[in-house]
Amino acid sequence: MKKWKNLSSKTRSDFLTYTMVIVAFIVLRVLSAFGMLSNSLTGLLVPLCAYIIMAVSLNLTVGVLGELSLGHAGFMSVGAFSGVIACAGMESFIPNPILRLVIAVVIGGILAGITGFLIGIPVLRLRGDYLAIVTLAFGEIIKNIINCLYIGIDGSGLHFSLISSADLALENGRVVINGPVGAVGVQKLSTFTFGFVLVMLTLIVVLNLKRSRTGRAIMAVRDNRIAAESVGISITKYKMIAFITSAVMAGAAGVLFAMNYTSLTSSKFDFNQSILILVFVVLGGLGNIRGSIIATVILYLLPEILRPIQDYRMLIYSIVLIVVMLTTNSEKAKLFIEKQKAKLKEKKEKGGAKGE
Amino acid sequence: MSKYVPIPSNRMLLERDVGKEPVLETHHLGIDFGGLTAVDDFEMTIGQTEIAGLIGPNGAGKTTVFNLLTKVYHPTRGTILLNGKETTGMDTAAINRAGIARTFQNIRLFGAQTVEDNVKIGLHMHMKTNIWSDIFRLPSYWREEKKAKESARELLSIFDMQDLAKHQAGSLPYGAQRRLEIVRALATKPCLLLLDEPAAGMNPSETAELMDVIRKIRDNFHIAVLLIEHDMNLVMGICEGIVVLNYGKIIAKGTPEEIQSNPVVIEAYLGKKEEA
Amino acid sequence: MTFLNYLINGISLGSVYAIIALGYTMVYGIAKMLNFAHGDVIMIGAYVSFIITSKMGLPAIVSVLAAVVVCTVLGIFIERLAYKPLRNATSLAVLITAIGVSYFLQNSALLIWGSDPKSFNSIVHFDSIKLFDGQLVITSEAIVTVLACIVIMIALTIFTGHTKLGKAMRAVSEDKGAAQLMGINVNSTISMTFAIGSALAAIAGVLLCSAYPTLLPTTGSMPGIKAFTAAVFGGIGSIPGAMIGGILLGVIEVFASAYISDKLSNAIVFGVLIIVLLVKPTGLLGKKINEKV
Repeated sequence: MKKWKNLSSKTRSDFLTYTMVIVAFIVLRVLSAFGMLSNSLTGLLVPLCAYIIMAVSLNLTVGVLGELSLGHAGFMSVGAFSGVIACAGMESFIPNPILRLVIAVVIGGILAGITGFLIGIPVLRLRGDYLAIVTLAFGEIIKNIINCLYIGIDGSGLHFSLISSADLALENGRVVINGPVGAVGVQKLSTFTFGFVLVMLTLIVVLNLKRSRTGRAIMAVRDNRIAAESVGISITKYKMIAFITSAVMAGAAGVLFAMNYTSLTSSKFDFNQSILILVFVVLGGLGNIRGSIIATVILYLLPEILRPIQDYRMLIYSIVLIVVMLTTNSEKAKLFIEKQKAKLKEKKEKGGAKGE
Repeated sequence: MSKYVPIPSNRMLLERDVGKEPVLETHHLGIDFGGLTAVDDFEMTIGQTEIAGLIGPNGAGKTTVFNLLTKVYHPTRGTILLNGKETTGMDTAAINRAGIARTFQNIRLFGAQTVEDNVKIGLHMHMKTNIWSDIFRLPSYWREEKKAKESARELLSIFDMQDLAKHQAGSLPYGAQRRLEIVRALATKPCLLLLDEPAAGMNPSETAELMDVIRKIRDNFHIAVLLIEHDMNLVMGICEGIVVLNYGKIIAKGTPEEIQSNPVVIEAYLGKKEEA
Repeated sequence: MTFLNYLINGISLGSVYAIIALGYTMVYGIAKMLNFAHGDVIMIGAYVSFIITSKMGLPAIVSVLAAVVVCTVLGIFIERLAYKPLRNATSLAVLITAIGVSYFLQNSALLIWGSDPKSFNSIVHFDSIKLFDGQLVITSEAIVTVLACIVIMIALTIFTGHTKLGKAMRAVSEDKGAAQLMGINVNSTISMTFAIGSALAAIAGVLLCSAYPTLLPTTGSMPGIKAFTAAVFGGIGSIPGAMIGGILLGVIEVFASAYISDKLSNAIVFGVLIIVLLVKPTGLLGKKINEKV
């Protein structure tokens, strides 16, 4: 206990975050072992893990680096489809599904990271809203290109085409990515436990990064670009590090997400998906990793909880979103909350005085 | 009393710094904004251990000179030699790594971070870790973090600020923020420290203390200091050489005594005497 | 001749983008916010027009007027309820709220009008012009759209340049505090901007659906994003910029899908945007902003 007190408040906060995730995982495991989770909820667990990774990784770009990205789903998409292709390619010589999944995650992450690097070169030169619109543009470009992609596999290896699946000229092979139809015949390899492990890994990367030399440099760039430069920090380098790290994790999340469904289209990773994740990050608090996780869980499950009122659930979702934003950000609401707090405090103090 | 003597390049240098390469030398330095010349033909030489002052009325272009020296603005004309080396093509970060650190007139701290983290950010270039050791907390991470923490405390003790280490930088009083900026700049281990109005907003006793500290910094770190300041007590009290700027041009150079009795300087500050 | 046909199609599509982009750019200029709900106001305008012509059988001009009125009121409402309380909040908070409003409009439309696509009847009832023995066809929709765009452009230029309210708008977009000190009512000026932007969105919605007659609750999203791109392309905050950006975008889109690849046209449009921003980081007609040290 003494040791606990000696730890810095940041270390304690990180520890709390890890504990929260682990406890949530154990509780869910136990519940599902006793059959207390509904089928629809069980089906949401793997995507939930993927969305948590997406939110945490986007928080690195938006919260820690301070650059608004509207195309984060693009990296998820690159990861998802490269993971699907990698898995299909490895089927013949790596029989172990877990090993295959792990390799696919690594490949998906690396490819998304390379995409992040290529996009980062032009994007990170821009600022503010211009940067945001270019990330949006890249997200749409990635979606559009994958939509036109045909990839098949046969005895002689992978075949690519931009025209049609017939153009692949497969010999006894199968189509893996079928243009607008998307990825077909995907093996469902992702599990909740695997998702949990990935979430933990993401947390380790992001939280450790934040409390280190690299993380401090990234936050220095965010807080005051000129001051950061004046102490020798290279702006481009640290923007790039944050952007690529964020892309790698989004790619890994993409693989996890893709391997949970038998088929997948690129339109799943559109602008709306990027926005959805951005909403998780903003509502959870910029730079607040634990907040991102909590906001993701609540907002991802909210439509599920509202399922009985099917027709109205997205409407309610949007109203909740607006109301939350207004109450947490408007000056009047802030004043009101502070007044109530002061009143409460006054009452307490009065009560305390009477008691004495 | 400081004494200036000519060196082979026909410039003046503090007697005790003769024989060593000047830390800074500028030649015909100038910048135009649009059609407007903000600084022109700025010539200055600073010795290895000199405390120099840059003064002049508001809008004379003093901060612009700092921005030129640190490459926040790129000069339109002229060259800057740092320890005898050309700085052409360097950006602000490279200039800092080459040895110039600065503070800002309008404070630019990392306000949301703690005081200690601000200094650690200053130590950035001197910590030997990379992204992998940072992410996976390899032994080098722990070693370097410990070293950085110790250096940070030591640097903060210059201003007796070590007890504030865990405070949020933005919540400090104004004077303390100015001092923290100096500490952060020192953390980058410069050979030339640029201070932009370090005494602004300080009371007389704080200013007196600041003068002592600036001298102490020069003596202990063996570095040169160039400062912009409006407080003439401070400038005349600690500067060995002074350059006076008006409308972007140097109007006088010399020791404090020479500057104080220079009619051109007096005119620039007080206006021309009405002729009878 | 096919080239000319494509060019006319492109200018026509671009004119719709330009009208939407004008709304985006005016709101951005004055409130410094990305109003992501703007695209959905277009959709509402189109639905209103659809109900009045197809369900009530009233003349087209009435439907356009009704759409303009409904959208103007809607725009003012949205601004008052959702954006005004956030005047001093971070731009990200306003952005997320705008997204919330966008979801709200889409889902309200879904509840009211259902998810089945409506087939929009064109509001234009004269014949297409055929030239060179029918080789060059200029549709009536294209003529009306381009004319509307030109009229709106001229009107807005006169309005912002020469009227008291227009000058107030420019003052508020430069500096809210200073404008307020000069006696300008900032709140009503901002409301006015939203009103104009939304009225333009209504017209754009009707014109868009006259040319592309499938109407869905999500109809406004993609044109909204494209028009936003057009505004950035031309330099966000600049009225002539939005115009040029919109028309260029439309032409590029039509040419890309005709000559390169139909499926990749969106990617090409966004690719061109990226290239433009790399060469001119604040858009074609945007101003460069310097940071003071």
